Amino acid sequence: MSPVIEVRNLRKTYGTGDTAVHALRGLDLTVEKGEYLAIMGASGSGKSTLLNILGCLDVPTSGKYLLDGIDTGEFDEEQLSLLRNRKIGFVFQSFNLVPRTTALANVELPLVYAGVRRAQRRERALAALDLVGLKDRIHHKPNELSGGQQQRVAIARALVTSPAIVLADEPTGNLDTDSSREVMGILDRLHASGRTVVLITHEDDVAAHATRTVRVVDGQVAGVLV
Amino acid sequence: MRLFEIAAFAVRGLTANKMRSGLTTLGILIGVASVILLIAVGNGASSAVQQSIAGLGTNILTISPQRAQAGSTAKPLTTADAAALVGADSPDVKYASPVVSAQATAGYGDTTYAINQFIGSDPHYFSTTNSAVAQGSLFSDNDVQQARKVVVIGATVATQLFPGTDPVGKSMLVNNIPFTVVGVLAAKGSSGLQDADDMAVAPLTTTQNALTGYGNLTQIVVQAQSADALPNAQAQVTTILNGRHKITGTTADYRLLSQDQLLTARTATTETFTVLLASVAAISLLVGGIGITNIMLVTVTERIREIGIRKAVGAPRSSILGQFLIEATLLSLFGGALGVAAGLIGSQFTIAGIKPVLVPSSVLLAFAVSALIGLFFGSYPASRAAKLRPIEALRHE
Repeated sequence: MSPVIEVRNLRKTYGTGDTAVHALRGLDLTVEKGEYLAIMGASGSGKSTLLNILGCLDVPTSGKYLLDGIDTGEFDEEQLSLLRNRKIGFVFQSFNLVPRTTALANVELPLVYAGVRRAQRRERALAALDLVGLKDRIHHKPNELSGGQQQRVAIARALVTSPAIVLADEPTGNLDTDSSREVMGILDRLHASGRTVVLITHEDDVAAHATRTVRVVDGQVAGVLV
Repeated sequence: MRLFEIAAFAVRGLTANKMRSGLTTLGILIGVASVILLIAVGNGASSAVQQSIAGLGTNILTISPQRAQAGSTAKPLTTADAAALVGADSPDVKYASPVVSAQATAGYGDTTYAINQFIGSDPHYFSTTNSAVAQGSLFSDNDVQQARKVVVIGATVATQLFPGTDPVGKSMLVNNIPFTVVGVLAAKGSSGLQDADDMAVAPLTTTQNALTGYGNLTQIVVQAQSADALPNAQAQVTTILNGRHKITGTTADYRLLSQDQLLTARTATTETFTVLLASVAAISLLVGGIGITNIMLVTVTERIREIGIRKAVGAPRSSILGQFLIEATLLSLFGGALGVAAGLIGSQFTIAGIKPVLVPSSVLLAFAVSALIGLFFGSYPASRAAKLRPIEALRHE
């Protein structure tokens, strides 16, 4: 069976000439199905650039990225948006919920763009919100929810489409200890139910939840810690 | 249904900032309403002018004096000219009424009123100008011969000077000379730019005696035997006057205008007026459209993060484009609909003495343009939103 993520010789350069910044310098990475991977690294190491490329939010300068066996290099923006919708669930450090919109509507959003019918959409969004323990908060807007609750809504939104992979960019970075524990608990359960999870963190105790940790240094994978 | 969902996002976007949406709508509302209303006013003015000229009848010629060209002397129009126009040499001329006019101040009791046109003429003047008497009677040829101080007043003069009383038989002072009111004319209404009822008619002799002096005539109004006889009458009048004034070339010292020519001249004037009003209105519609662009650009900038989030969860370019285009179009359509309503209501009122006459095509045009304005002026901000790269949109603070 092919891996969920297969990255070969990935490079990302910002700017040109003397001022060029090489965020990724020929990075290789493979993530198998059902894996729980933590990517660690100092700030500026290129780990966020890597995750953005893995999430199809950004495109590499060169190199190969196979997502679920599909080569994303040949895709245009329209096809990439489809890929983001069907294959990827993204959890941001700053939650990124649509403001002035209820938790339920936020979770339904990817399903709207996927063209799922209203009744089915509601059912799936409610199930996802139930999974993160927010069934009693579905009509609350982001500004009426705590940080931890907002992040749980964001996780519900990430997994409502049953994506091939859930990507989390420092999901606990803006949260207090209790909320962090709740959020990590949910990610643990996702992994336990067989989903592939990749997260970025610079906290060792967060990385400890993962089954595998890789360290990114200067745009390359430095070493694999088990 | 995807389109329905995208439209729902657009509506939610608009209702999230009601104040701003309302003000933008107001810009389009004013534009559309002013297009409809100003075209209706222009149209109303021109139809009023047409009516008032048509009301004079189609068999009328108006002769007015004209300044002579350099080197020749101009002869004024005289009572003798008017008398000479009726006779064996001009079988197609029915009447020729000499007319003098002046402004006069009339007084009755403690009230004074400046009459816009105080006219001196003969009894035929009333039939020529289609003036019907509402109360009392008109003056007679005998009154003209005897130079009796009698006067027939217009409806406006009657209501201004004699509020609540019957003016017939009353004595009013015109420039401190007492005149007896013998009749009141039926109201004709406003002829666009001037009140046709703000006038009084007295015998020619009396008016010359009391107000203007025995000098030149202001006009001679000629009535032909019929509308068909008008061209013949015009030729006969020209021959007689050229003979009397010793005119040989083409430059006469008088001007002969038929009703048709008068109508054409006045219509051209009011059409210019309408075009002017319509262009002012079109500019305000354009300004409203630019207002939409402005607001949509602000909206897009303000919601860059939201656009980034939508793209991150898989919104394709087309749905972002659609959402912001629908927002802009809804704004302008809503403004357009309210503008049509405001225009329709506004045209029920008399504006600056003119009764507006709606032009149905202008209503349709204004509404259609307002819808297109949304699409046109919304497309730039919408495509800017759609083109944003997701990662850049998400990083935007």
